[in-house]
Amino acid sequence: MSFEPKIVAFLCNWCAYRGADLAGTSRMKCAPNVRPIRVMCSGRVEPDFVLKAFEAGADGVLILGCHPGDCHYLEGNYKTMRRIALLKNMLSQLGIEDERLRLEWVSASEGGRFASITNEMTGQIRKLGSFSHRNGEGSNG
Amino acid sequence: MEDEIRIGVYICHCGSNIAGTVDTSEVTEFAQGLPSVVMSKDYMYMCSDPGQNMIKQDIKQLRLNRVVVASCSPTLHEHTFQQACQDAGLNPYLFEMANIREHCSWITEDPKLATEKAKALVSAAVRRVYYQEPLEVREVPVTPSVLVVGGGIAGIQAALEIANAGHKVYLVEREPSIGGHMAQFDKTFPTLDCASCIFTPLLSAVGQHPNIELMTYSEVEEFSGYIGNFKAKIRKKARYVDEDKCNGCMVCVEKCPWKAVSEFDEGLTQRKAIYTPFAQAVPNVPVIDTEHCVYFLKGTCRACERFCGPKAIDFEQQDKEVEVEIGSVIVTTGYDSFDPSAITNYGYGCYDNVITALQFERMCNASGPTMGKIQLRDGSEPRSVAIIHCVGSRDKNYHEYCSRVCCMYSLKYSHLIKEKIEDAEVYQFYIDMRCFGKGYEEFYERLSNEGVTFIRGKVGKVTNRALTDGEKGKLVVVAEDSLMSALIRVPVDMVILSTALEPRSDAEAVARLFNISRSADGFFLERHPKLDPVATTTGGTFIAGCAQGPKDIPDTVAQASAAAARTLAMISKGKVEIEAAIAVINEDLCSGCKICNLLCPYSAISFDEEKRVSRVNEALCKACGTCVVACPSAAITGRHFTTEQIMAEIEGILV
Repeated sequence: MSFEPKIVAFLCNWCAYRGADLAGTSRMKCAPNVRPIRVMCSGRVEPDFVLKAFEAGADGVLILGCHPGDCHYLEGNYKTMRRIALLKNMLSQLGIEDERLRLEWVSASEGGRFASITNEMTGQIRKLGSFSHRNGEGSNG
Repeated sequence: MEDEIRIGVYICHCGSNIAGTVDTSEVTEFAQGLPSVVMSKDYMYMCSDPGQNMIKQDIKQLRLNRVVVASCSPTLHEHTFQQACQDAGLNPYLFEMANIREHCSWITEDPKLATEKAKALVSAAVRRVYYQEPLEVREVPVTPSVLVVGGGIAGIQAALEIANAGHKVYLVEREPSIGGHMAQFDKTFPTLDCASCIFTPLLSAVGQHPNIELMTYSEVEEFSGYIGNFKAKIRKKARYVDEDKCNGCMVCVEKCPWKAVSEFDEGLTQRKAIYTPFAQAVPNVPVIDTEHCVYFLKGTCRACERFCGPKAIDFEQQDKEVEVEIGSVIVTTGYDSFDPSAITNYGYGCYDNVITALQFERMCNASGPTMGKIQLRDGSEPRSVAIIHCVGSRDKNYHEYCSRVCCMYSLKYSHLIKEKIEDAEVYQFYIDMRCFGKGYEEFYERLSNEGVTFIRGKVGKVTNRALTDGEKGKLVVVAEDSLMSALIRVPVDMVILSTALEPRSDAEAVARLFNISRSADGFFLERHPKLDPVATTTGGTFIAGCAQGPKDIPDTVAQASAAAARTLAMISKGKVEIEAAIAVINEDLCSGCKICNLLCPYSAISFDEEKRVSRVNEALCKACGTCVVACPSAAITGRHFTTEQIMAEIEGILV
């Protein structure tokens, strides 16, 4: 059987979660590899959550928030943007590929965008292969 | 010590919506094996009465102290199930939902994979709910007054409804008079009522109402607070005319020698530098347009001042700032009319007799620039008129949406042209006729029998290049008649462009001021398109009219009344519930670094200088959680989205 990645997606409650809901109500096909977790704002996503996801067996992590300027909490997504940039620096030092973590903006009306990001990310991680931290191949470097 | 955790899990079939793809009995069995789960069940419709009763009974009989329902999106039924828990004596924050419909069964083709994903989602919810804590919903009193922003028909209707119910309304309008677009209209479809006859009584009712504090020529500059307790700072721009002294005689307007293009007449005529937009303006107090008044430009003239009997002209007047306290706000800022000069092949701005719908509306109006006479730029009467539908609407290059009113007002124009110029030829170039409202289809039928020519097809261009003698001196409308599959050329004297309704150019800034979301088309986004059409995602903030999307007058009035009813409901209840899932700071852990103080977008965190710790104002916190992430001492807990809960969810979802 081919490798099926597990991807954790953090969705902000106001834009991305509703965008994902819209993908559902519009019956768009999305890869089941992406598993959503709701947070109120992408600004609530702690870098620790991303590390925890990799530790717990995720092969990739998506963070989806409102488009810049559209944050329900005014500017939470700007903070996420900065935090994730820093986190990415750290991940590369740990030998975790950049593509495994992706920050994107999905508005409540962008069901199609949610579906395409979901499918793209799944394809990308499938190509990249498993993040086999548990087998000691990944971060022991 | 806390009791043993006892979780009940319910898997909903949602008819075949979930069960058609997800093997619900397999998920139920899986849930049974998860830690601390004492019982798991599946049922056809969990949200139905029997479904909810099942939860209530189990909470009592099986002593459940945590509940998970795996069904649809929490945006739909989280509240339903929380209420069921509460009815059975369980704190609603001890409930968690797994979305196995929108996020699983509806988007996954393979039943096996869908079932696996559903299990992961249920496992995440079960692990999360284990750590959830009971929270108390707090209540705050509601300030019994309402701010209405925008004085068009929507704002006027809403303001009158609230004021008539006996409550204070602050109605803020940017222009010198209330009235909005409706005041520009001539007749209204499909009944052909005269717009002024039905509208001006409402304008004066607003002006005279003891419960309405009307602030025209004013804008909301700052807006803060939370549901039930907002504060607005309103800038009243200087009119340079004292509203208390002015008796509305308009001698100043008559004597003013300086002119500017009339915005109200859509540029078809001129107004004075001191002016009221239209004769029935409310308030009937002129303003001085400082960009055109020669006194402000060069320091001379003052003719208005000299002739003003009550000495109301005040060149020294300053902008005033007013602060008001309100419990809720209704935003009714309306729409902009699409500028058709963007579509160069229609020749607007290039050919004199290509005009917009609103210009025609003014021309038809008995109090308009031509006193109701339909005429070409040279003053003569048009013998033939083409009306082009969907200018800027239903067009991938401009706006993809349908503006909803253009078909109907175009039909109305046909009638008005025929009424005033009996033998005029009228051509309607349409894509589809959309006559959806009460009496609309009948109006279309009637017009079809009035000798109007309907041509189905999108117009390619309007040109003055004649190919035949008959086209000389005319505007030639070139279109494809899609019913005949033929390219046609129709020479006419006048072309009316049925322009789209689009979001206000400053909709983004207004949305940010009131914390309203916008949909992809740029209009304000309602909380739910069907079940909550006038509320927004910000509590206590409502929308109505074209600010929410293009609509006709009946729909606008209905929405405005609905929004008014929502604010009145808040006032009559007298108190609102405030989100309990807020951030709290553990003072023992807080190091007083103040990072969170600057980070909070709502300035909800302040610093206690005495204790040297930060503190969250519970009423202002909106629970975004940004401060929780930033705190270097991990002293802040984001209630109901605690680190512990989310970590457990991550573990659960990766089973």
